[in-house]
Parts: sequence; structure tokens; C-alpha cells
Amino acid sequence: MNTWKSRSSEPDLTHSMAGLYIQRMLNSPAIEIERLTVTRGKNTVLPDLTVSVPTGSVTGLLGPSGCGKSTLIRAIAGIQIIESGSVTVLGGPAGRPAARQRVGYVTQASSVYPDLTVMQNLRYFAALTESDEQAALVAVDDVGLADKMDTLVGDLSGGQRTRVSLAAALLADPDLYLLDEPTVGLDPVLRRDLWQLFTHLASQGKTLLVSSHVMDEAGRCDRVLLMREGQIIADSTPDELRADTGEDDLEQAFLVLAEGKAA
Amino acid sequence: MTRTLATARRVLQQLSHDPRSIAMIVVLPSLLLLLFKYVYDGNPVVFNRVGPQMLGIFPFVVMFLVTSVTMVRERTSGTLERLLTTPLRRGELIGGYGVAFGAAALAQALVTSAVAIWLLDMDVNTPWAVVVFAVTDAVLGTALGLLMSAFAVTEFQAVQFMPLIVVPQLLLCGLLAPRDSMPDVLHWLSNVLPLSYAADAFSELGSTSDFTSTLTKDLVILIGCCTLALAGASLTLRRRTP
Repeated sequence: MNTWKSRSSEPDLTHSMAGLYIQRMLNSPAIEIERLTVTRGKNTVLPDLTVSVPTGSVTGLLGPSGCGKSTLIRAIAGIQIIESGSVTVLGGPAGRPAARQRVGYVTQASSVYPDLTVMQNLRYFAALTESDEQAALVAVDDVGLADKMDTLVGDLSGGQRTRVSLAAALLADPDLYLLDEPTVGLDPVLRRDLWQLFTHLASQGKTLLVSSHVMDEAGRCDRVLLMREGQIIADSTPDELRADTGEDDLEQAFLVLAEGKAA
Repeated sequence: MTRTLATARRVLQQLSHDPRSIAMIVVLPSLLLLLFKYVYDGNPVVFNRVGPQMLGIFPFVVMFLVTSVTMVRERTSGTLERLLTTPLRRGELIGGYGVAFGAAALAQALVTSAVAIWLLDMDVNTPWAVVVFAVTDAVLGTALGLLMSAFAVTEFQAVQFMPLIVVPQLLLCGLLAPRDSMPDVLHWLSNVLPLSYAADAFSELGSTSDFTSTLTKDLVILIGCCTLALAGASLTLRRRTP
């Protein structure tokens, strides 16, 4: 897999423009959420949540299944009906038309067409986001599926489908990636490669919010948001987490925090 | 416009990976017409009266089913949710579906009309008008299918909208009994159902050789119904959901 090497061969122009852009945006967070409350049915999934995500970083959103990670990501993508509070994305309200070109949302279930080939899927998403064939080819290479371009997505494994779904977001070259459990079901080598890709994207000034319920992925993030029952119980770097809890293992650190909160 | 055409191309590509569905869309109406012709072998008058109306009804029914199931699949698989986070506008998505299934309908109409007119000796004088109405009916089926898919949570439910939406229209459109012989309430009801105008147009096509004012009126009404249903369908696409 060629991962980020293919991206680093992009023309210098892109880099310098991205650089200028980062300079301008670095001070303001990519995502700012204030007092967000979301209810689904009778359940309050997110009660009064306030958090922000810095620009140009990989932020991990970690917590057990059902703690509200996906709902939070949907709210940031602008497709979740919210009860109250505000969600600001890239300097404006979440889900506004101007943000759609700049936000890449990858759902937990691979939301690509199983009855199309990999490249047919990517060409379609490229057309929707004013991207092109070249970007689709780079993206398919980035996720390590260059040898599966003409395979029907329905014939791929679950992990491969997830990567097609990710490639469909990559090709639009968005400023903000919202990735809901992108590494589920992947083998360790692929997981490492994808995390390298995420880190590389962040080094280009992109912002990534990556959810996972696997605690050892927290160690690969610049920042970690720990979530439990709709609330953020920790917002810090992996090192700070270890220091604050006195636990080397992030899984143990989570337990300390979760139980400390409950007590 | 680019995104509408990209969507249409995508839908047709999906269809192209499903040759059995293509075969059914293209060939099935002709086979049914053939069956119909020989069921009324002893009474060719019936085939000449009802046959042309069948030409309008098949594309409507087939496209209604195909579209509503496809769209429910789009809603339940998460692809719709994703599409709505891209710059794709709702009208462009619906328009893309309309264009794609309209093209499929054109293929169907050409084959079915050719079989009906040249093979089964159906008595119509303006074949091109038959094709125009068949495609319009197919787009109407597509439009209603897109609209109704919003009310179906599963593909199973979507299929059951067929008896709910299509069968009453079949009964009331004048195919089985002339509409003016029905009780007032039913006659009035048949006046507001779009398929009645499709059936009217096809019986007119079977009896005249000109593009009469009745045909123009029917076509305008049908196109109006398509537009209404497509607009309604795009309103049912909610960007934000609970």
C-alpha cells in the first residue's frame, strides 16, 4: 500500500495554499460545540455537551458502543436534528451548504453502492464533489484497493467496503473528516497504515475526528475525547491521560476516569 | 446539471450490473401483451380496445415498483444520508432518478410498442405518440415510486404500496369499465387519479390518427402529475433526521 506517499507528490502550489490557509485557521477550532442537547425518542442521547476540536489535528472520539459517538458525529455533519445548543463547523453552522464541500463524512456502515464497482462508486462521489478521475485514482491507492478497482463492492469483505467508503471521502479533499469507526474489522497492518494516512492528512492542515471503541487507538491521536453516556469525561492528549490517571494503559485510564466520574 | 447526470449514470450503472432486471424491464410487458392477445383469441375486439391501454399501464406499474424499492434501499443503506452531506441537491438526486428510469422506460416503450404494433397487429395509427405516452407514464410511475418510498421503512413495505397505489388506479382508470358508467363518487375519484388520463390517452390513440386536443390535455395533466410527485418526493428527503 502506497498510503500517503502518493499524496506527498502533489504539486507544491497545493501545499503552499494549504499552508497559508492553516496559518489563517490555526487559531480557531475546526469544530466548536456549545451546550448541545440531542434527544432521540424519549432518550436524551447528548445532554448539554460542550467541546471543541482543534484545526489540523487527529482527534479521537473514544467510548463504548451506544455512548453517543455516532450521534455527536451526525450533529457535526449537520444531519442530526438537535434539541438545543450550537454546532459550529469551519466557522459557520453545521450542515450549511458551503460546508458540505469541505466536510467529508464517513458513516459507520459503509455507505457506498454494493451493486457498483469500486471505481464506479468513486467516480460518482467525485462527480458530486467537483473532484476528478485523478483524485479517485489517488484515493483508491491511498486505501490500498488499487488492485480491486473493477470489483463489485458487494463482493468485497467488510473491511474493504469500509475503505471504499473512506476513499469516497478522501477524493473530495475536504478540510474536515468525520470518520465513524473507520478501522473496525481491519487487520493490524491496515489499521496502522490508515492511522499513518490520518496523521499525514493532519500534517497538511486537515482536521480529523475519528471515532473508535478500541481504546488502544487513542494512543495514535493528537487529542482524545473520552465519551461515556453522552458526556465527555476527558479531553486531553494521550500523555496527559496517562499522567493524570497514573495508568500506562489507556484502557485502564478510561476505567479510572469512568469510575471516578460515577463515584 | 452535472450532478443530476452523474446520478442518472450511477443509477443506470447499478441497473447494468443486474441483467435479469434489465431483461424483465424490457421484455416482460411484451410477453404479457402476447399472453393477453391469446387469452382473448376468440374476441379480438377486446384486445384492440384494452391492448393500447395496457401499453400505458405496464411501464407505469413496472417503474413504480423498481423505483420505490431502489429508493427504499438508498434510504436504508445509509447512502442517502451520505449523499445529503455532499453538495448534491435534493432536486438533483430526484432528477437523476427521473432521467435514469425515464431512459429505461424509453427502451421498454420502444420494444413493447414495436411488438404490439408489428407482431401483434395492434391497431394504433401514431406509434410515436404511443411511445411518448408510454415514457410519460413510466416517469409518472417513477415519480410516484420516489414519493411513496418515503413512507416505506423496508423494501417489503415498498412492494406492498403496489396494491395500495396501483391497483385502485387500475380499477378506476377505465380499463375494466368505462369511467362514466361508474357511480358518481368513483367517477369523481377516477378524475383525480393520474392513471385515468394515461388510459384515456391510450384509448384515444387506438381510435384516432391525429394528435387530438384530448391527447394534448391528457399529456399536460400527466406531466403536471409527474412534476407534482417529483416535487413532493424531493420534499420528503430530509437532510436532518432524528
